[in-house]
Amino acid sequence: MNASYQWLRDFVDIDLAPLELRDLLTARCATVDDVVVLRQDLAGVVVARVVEAAAHPDSDHLWVTKVDAGSGVLHDVVCGAPNVVAGTLYPYAPVGTVLPGGLKLEKRKIRGAVSEGMLCSARELGLGSDHQGILALDVDAQPGARFLDVMPVGDTRLVVDVLPNRPDLLSHEGLAREIASATGRELHRPMHPPAVLVHARQVSEPVPSIEVVVDDTEGAPRYMTAIVRNVKVGPSPDWLAARMEAVGARSISNVVDVTNYMLHGFGQPIHAFDVRKLGGGKIIVRKGRSGERIVTLDGVERTLDDTMTVIADANSAQAIAGVIGGKGSEVTEETTDILIEVASFNPRGIRATRRKLGVSTDASYRFERGVDEAALSDLLNYAAELIQRVAGGAMEGNPTDHGQQPAPRSPITLRSSRVARVLGKDIPVSEMAKNLASIGFKCVVEKENLVVTPPTFRQDVVGEIELIEEVARLEGYESFSAELRPYRPGSRMDAPLYDAARSVRTACVAFGLMESRPMPFVRDGIDAHRVRNPLAEDEAYLRTSVLDTLARRVEYNFGRMLGNVRLFEVGTVFASEIDAETAAPGEAMHVGAVITGDRNPAHFTQPHPSHFDEWDAKGLAQSIAEAAYPGSAVKCVPSPGDSLWILSVDGVEAGSVSKLELDSPAWASPVFGIELNLEAVVLSSKLSRQYAPIPTMPAMRVDLALLVPDNVSADSVGVVIREAAGDMLESLVVFDEFRGAGIPDGLRSLAWALTFRHPERTLRDKEIQGRTGKILSVLESKLGIRQRSS
Amino acid sequence: MAGRPGNDSTRSLVALSHFIKPHHSVTLDEFVNAVSALDIHASEIISAASTSAGLDAARNSLLGRKNGELSRLMKSLPSLSPEERRDAGAAVNRSKTAIEELLATRQLNLAVTTELRSQVDLTMPARQQWRGSRHPVTVVIEEIESIFRELGFTIALGPEAETEWYNFTSLNFPEDHPAMDMHDTLYLSDDVLLRTHTSPVQIRTMQSTTPPIRILAPGNVYRRDFFDASHAPMFSQIEGLAVDEGISFVDLKATLTHFANRFFGSTKTRFRPSFFPFTEPSAEMDVECQICRGSGCSSCKNSGWIEILGSGMVHPNVLEAAGLDSERYTGWAFGMGPGRIAMLRYKIPDIRLLYDSDMRFLTQLAQ
Repeated sequence: MNASYQWLRDFVDIDLAPLELRDLLTARCATVDDVVVLRQDLAGVVVARVVEAAAHPDSDHLWVTKVDAGSGVLHDVVCGAPNVVAGTLYPYAPVGTVLPGGLKLEKRKIRGAVSEGMLCSARELGLGSDHQGILALDVDAQPGARFLDVMPVGDTRLVVDVLPNRPDLLSHEGLAREIASATGRELHRPMHPPAVLVHARQVSEPVPSIEVVVDDTEGAPRYMTAIVRNVKVGPSPDWLAARMEAVGARSISNVVDVTNYMLHGFGQPIHAFDVRKLGGGKIIVRKGRSGERIVTLDGVERTLDDTMTVIADANSAQAIAGVIGGKGSEVTEETTDILIEVASFNPRGIRATRRKLGVSTDASYRFERGVDEAALSDLLNYAAELIQRVAGGAMEGNPTDHGQQPAPRSPITLRSSRVARVLGKDIPVSEMAKNLASIGFKCVVEKENLVVTPPTFRQDVVGEIELIEEVARLEGYESFSAELRPYRPGSRMDAPLYDAARSVRTACVAFGLMESRPMPFVRDGIDAHRVRNPLAEDEAYLRTSVLDTLARRVEYNFGRMLGNVRLFEVGTVFASEIDAETAAPGEAMHVGAVITGDRNPAHFTQPHPSHFDEWDAKGLAQSIAEAAYPGSAVKCVPSPGDSLWILSVDGVEAGSVSKLELDSPAWASPVFGIELNLEAVVLSSKLSRQYAPIPTMPAMRVDLALLVPDNVSADSVGVVIREAAGDMLESLVVFDEFRGAGIPDGLRSLAWALTFRHPERTLRDKEIQGRTGKILSVLESKLGIRQRSS
Repeated sequence: MAGRPGNDSTRSLVALSHFIKPHHSVTLDEFVNAVSALDIHASEIISAASTSAGLDAARNSLLGRKNGELSRLMKSLPSLSPEERRDAGAAVNRSKTAIEELLATRQLNLAVTTELRSQVDLTMPARQQWRGSRHPVTVVIEEIESIFRELGFTIALGPEAETEWYNFTSLNFPEDHPAMDMHDTLYLSDDVLLRTHTSPVQIRTMQSTTPPIRILAPGNVYRRDFFDASHAPMFSQIEGLAVDEGISFVDLKATLTHFANRFFGSTKTRFRPSFFPFTEPSAEMDVECQICRGSGCSSCKNSGWIEILGSGMVHPNVLEAAGLDSERYTGWAFGMGPGRIAMLRYKIPDIRLLYDSDMRFLTQLAQ
């Protein structure tokens, strides 16, 4: 909502400067987003007194004047106006000023006489069309004063963010009501300049009277019209044109501007039809007909249907009710007789229609939020009167009125005890009553309570809680204490999933990964959910895997010549199953990680670091899974499918490790990805690790190089070794794999480090030798594996 | 001898002196323990040697043929049986090898130090490791979370695909009303949508928890907004909810003011009327613009204030929809956008940078 500072002053006396008004409105009712000072193109113009005016020696119509602009020096100004009089004040544009037309004033000679700047006419200042002479100023001002400060031509626009619950603030009257309440002033309707003498056109032929029929009473609960005959459509008077400009509307003509004046001034959109263009002498408010067409005021042909309400004449639709008028009955320069429509239309109907047609207007915006039905009659008279003042003519007969009078508002009981409970502050009943009354609420005090009847323009107030908001607002939010009071801490435990996500983030960050928070939309997907109204086809589906989106992020980095990419994400994936109860897709929180490029940053001691490989990925996967599922058994099982490993947690498949096939440039190194479902296994409790005594006895290490067939996995060798080694085996690590010279085909040498320790005594070489011998014989008998002879 | 002062060192010396009496009669266990003690002692005096000369002295005291500790220990060998002697001999050999390795390593270390001081260009760059980091938005979320945790809040989560009832109806949205225009919605089916705010978690929490309720619900939300410099179809939000008997607007204002002071450093705040269907009264909280300190600049659109969060007293209809008695319980709620706060804090000009996952961007803001 654009509000004009000057226009607001028509409704209420305002002592506040525009910026103070901004703060007041923001604190009390609606946020002012912006304050725009208008007519800054006149900022350089000052008030000046012509001290001397003499005829130009070489011209019969020019004057050479001496001008006092308050600087202490008189300026020579050549002027062509017939009305220049010494001793009078005029607007003066000094050298350097740029006038509204774009003319920049410079010092120059006019027929031999020096001229420094210009004395201006109203037209040169963009203040109307008068160009008969320069603008004599009848003001009490000193030479040198800024023209904008002295003359009421300047204005300031307040851009107010009016929220959907307060349609009453979509007008100057509504905003002024709040200002009046906050500043203790009276609200009054603007007094306009007395009727100007407008000569009515002489119309010879008789004009048919108009019959109004309202068929669609649901679409138009209240419909009123009035006819004004013999108007003279023409330019608006300056004051009206200035109001239009101040709110950012274009001045079109006196009659059209009045309709917009009613909309911005009172929040009531009204429409004017050219009576002579209405066929059959009828206005019919009805449903549209399927396929019916209308060319609207914006010149667009639109197709209607039977859900829309239209204003038609006997033949065809002439306006889309409450949304936009039709070209066919538009008021033009030739119009002599007009029908003014003041109505209320069904908000939902308007909303549906404007969405269907894709056209939102100032009118539809207000009808959608609801207008004050009780005010229609007054506003119709006001509009008719205003049209007669600016365009002449006379009202014919009485206005028509269709529909029900709005039902009176029911009173609401406001308990002061409830106010205190919700707001945390005791507010005297009398104070509440006074404040509410100042914005039009009727209040009756009943002991500790108030019985409040909201005004008709406040349909948003339906119960006690809305009244409490009004009380808080009128009291001023700033008047409430911000002192912390005792409270009871929340009784709910943290969501376990959030803990898991946090641990996983820590593990990934420790590995050197950067967190990514991409969008979960993907181009397509098997079993993926489709968004019904996607923004674009390439993001129409919900992902089923986090790696899907992370892979695109890797490609994004590749596209920017970045080859070292280490990313992770903890985010939601959407499964194909549908929850039977809610019909929503199944959801799970997953963690995804991708690594590619150098294993560590290049350093002069190692200019070409090695690249991440599958073993890095496997290690990362294990640490992520262990962080997510503390205390659970995490395993990487070689995958039978496309991935490298399946991640299992307590035997349940929970994720995978894979080499990703991406759209990679030739220089990129392999990309590995990990995905883990954080909701695969329900953790029974927050398990913490348990202390085991730190060993005090020395350990003994034995290295074994074993010849292992290619088809026997290291894992299975490890199982056999552990079994045969017994309790004293503290750790078992493969530390080398070798194929080649000295190793028969089909075999490899795996070197194992076995660390033995007894908790209570020193181990003897002999018993370790014995144990090693046993391991070797079991390996041979079970797996046919022998020690590599050196 | 270059022994370091300190209890451990003294103890091992005492133990040694007991066992190194030549020709003393010992058991195998005693002998092996003495060898272990010698190992510890050796490692101590070798690390303590800081010059080549010191290291030579340490070598002599440990392995010297006549008076070296090991030689002296060997003199107890004859008191063991031949079988025991083999084990003991093996222990001595292991110890000797270990000591020689330690001496060699230490010698190398001393040489490197000398070399570093004389020949190496110490201005050469350090060896780096990759450093990981949380996303700037996560950092902001966790910071907000830590402040609210001090005030008795815990974390609650909810689904991102929601039903219309949880997202709108239960939250008192009038059907087909302009209030819905603030929530342009992505639908999955007639009744299922991608939640447009984290407020459905309010309902889910109230349905399953008996007050006192104090929860914080961070999560992703979705709007049908085209992806441009200032809009994203998915962004993060944090919801807060406090419900109990006797919770008032003063509690709302006090808690959120306290939060703002903690998060932004002591700052001015203001509360102004707003509208959300699910709160009444509703209030928007602004903090003084951190850039111009309230005097007005382009960041704050010349207002001097930056909008931080929307809040309000939970509407009685919402409490009732979640099954709570609205006469008995009152509550307040808020919602804020950590992404927007991150953009303000790090001066990020384009919201898309938060989603692109450009390694350079993430590295720049790593912390």
